[in-house]
Amino acid sequence: MLPPLSTARLVEYFRTMVRIRRFEEALIRLTDDHDVGHFHVYVGQEATGVPALALLGPGDVTYTTHRNHGHLIARGVDPARMLAEILGRSTGTNRGKGGTLHLASKEHGFPTTSSSVGGPLPIAVGSAFAFRELGSDRVSVCAFGDGALEEGAWHEAVNIAAVLSLPVIFLCENNSLEALGQKANEYPSSTLAARRLVDLVRPFRVPAVAIDGSDVAAVHREMRRAVRRARSGGGPSFIETWTVRWPGSRPIWPQLVTGETDLAFAWDPDRIPAAHREWFTRQDGLLRFLRELLAAGRISAEEALAIDAAARTEMADAVAFALDSPYPAGEEALEDVFA
Amino acid sequence: MSSPEGADEREMTYAEALVLGLRRALENDPRVRLMGQYFVGLTPHRKLVADLRDDFPSRVWYPPIAEVGYVGTGIGAAISGLRPIVDIATASFIFQAFSQVVNEAANVRYMTGGQTSVPVIFHVNHGIRGGGAAQHSHSPQAMMWNTPGLRIMLPSSPRDVYGLLRTAVETDDPVFWADHVKLFDVVGPVPAAWEAIPFGVADVKRSGTDVTVVATSYMVQRALAAAATLAAEGISVEVVDPRTLVPFDLKTLLGSVAKTGLLVVVDECHQSCGVGAEIAALVAEHAFDALRGPIRRVSTLDVPIPFSRTLEAFVEPSEAKILAAVRAAVAGTVARRR
Repeated sequence: MLPPLSTARLVEYFRTMVRIRRFEEALIRLTDDHDVGHFHVYVGQEATGVPALALLGPGDVTYTTHRNHGHLIARGVDPARMLAEILGRSTGTNRGKGGTLHLASKEHGFPTTSSSVGGPLPIAVGSAFAFRELGSDRVSVCAFGDGALEEGAWHEAVNIAAVLSLPVIFLCENNSLEALGQKANEYPSSTLAARRLVDLVRPFRVPAVAIDGSDVAAVHREMRRAVRRARSGGGPSFIETWTVRWPGSRPIWPQLVTGETDLAFAWDPDRIPAAHREWFTRQDGLLRFLRELLAAGRISAEEALAIDAAARTEMADAVAFALDSPYPAGEEALEDVFA
Repeated sequence: MSSPEGADEREMTYAEALVLGLRRALENDPRVRLMGQYFVGLTPHRKLVADLRDDFPSRVWYPPIAEVGYVGTGIGAAISGLRPIVDIATASFIFQAFSQVVNEAANVRYMTGGQTSVPVIFHVNHGIRGGGAAQHSHSPQAMMWNTPGLRIMLPSSPRDVYGLLRTAVETDDPVFWADHVKLFDVVGPVPAAWEAIPFGVADVKRSGTDVTVVATSYMVQRALAAAATLAAEGISVEVVDPRTLVPFDLKTLLGSVAKTGLLVVVDECHQSCGVGAEIAALVAEHAFDALRGPIRRVSTLDVPIPFSRTLEAFVEPSEAKILAAVRAAVAGTVARRR
């Protein structure tokens, strides 16, 4: 099922999703030779972030997390400047002061990016507070992982949002659905007594839904509903999106364990490596969306491959730009503390 | 130096000057919001804050008991165009919101490479209040001074709280503003016009020639009382009030030390790594040659604040301790001269 959008928009969604995938793959390869610190990739969650954030306008803000790369690309930030930031170069989005955990671009609606789990929740509520007070119909989106719901900040933030009926959307990207990571001593997964995450929302009388995060149509439908609710004064919403973690994000440090994604997996499943057949066939939102586009005749395999080739070229150029960029001068460390 | 009293000034309590400053802020700038209701604590002056809410019902918000939640709300509102003044009430409660103040607000401008401003004010009532015990008596300003990205104001008089607040509201950085509960009844002149007192400009609250006493917040009042007593003994004390820690007016303090050659630091933080410790280090670093004797510190002893009044009096930086420290400083110099 595809969302009720024009072919041009659907193809644009697909293009953005492919660009995110190629960006993250390029980054992982880059870290073979460059230490960028602990980093997190958005592979496997493209079908959530792209349709969700595509519904935002220029004045709307997004607070994201340590897993922010896909969100920034979805809202139009230049991948070259993102990679430069991740490599600590002066041409980076944050002039080398933030790195992968804090990629921010105010002009694209990312005023600040915190890697403190749960920290941005009340801040996103604060932006919504300002939007309402200033009489605008702008929306504040807080994207976070399931682990943030373990934090007390969540309960304080959702309570204030609900009491004041603020235009904020809590987008909970639950990427540890199978919760195997902790058992395998790999990635941490959420430890909550609640059986379902939406059970943590409903006592606050905030509308809450849980959907498949690899289903572009479902994400589009629920996000559009939430944005309309926020803009019309209807208050906050909570959307939980389920995705199964990409195998390359299961180790604490991301690895290309699956190899690069071959878009031909969508029409030629025999090419999928046996070890990762389950993930690419059933859980990868990018390939699922491509199969849906192909089945509906909205795109051809050739068009998809052309989009992919352009994305690969773009990311190769972005890597070159980042590597060619200078490091900031040491004394720049003293700038930007105060206005 | 405080300007002379004139017809354009009137006497009022610190609490009245504080709330009048909040009123001017609301009148002057439609972006200002008050979040919180305990700007003057639970003192009888709290009626003044209730009046503000009556006069600006849509701009004064009484939040839930959720320091992380409403402090974060203030930060986000500042990022998105408002000028919130967030009251955290008793300073000890800021620890509930420490991640928001220290790890979020103070870092935003820096870690975004200068893209985003957070013009929010965090207000607290700090210090040993009398029977506050361990969980309602903190003076966290040293911890805040250890956090780059925060501006810090510690007023000590009605005039200062009124004027410094204007600068705080107009700055594009997060400001930590600490009042002391024991200051609220202090009476002093306040100018009719709401004129900004710039940050980073110390005020010599009393001129003297023998010993420099540097103090902040309520300790300025104690230092002034001690200086009056010492004057009768023939010891001339100069009381320097930095008024803001960030930025810090080192020049005025060094000028005073160059004149007197002796320094007593009075500070209500716990002694270890307190505000007094940093001030003493700055003077030792920059004016060692001007000193005629060791720098002496009068601060809170390094124990949690006890409840019982005799215990509390034992640990706090009292007027008696200031008197003793100044006398010892002067006596030490005399001994050395022989």
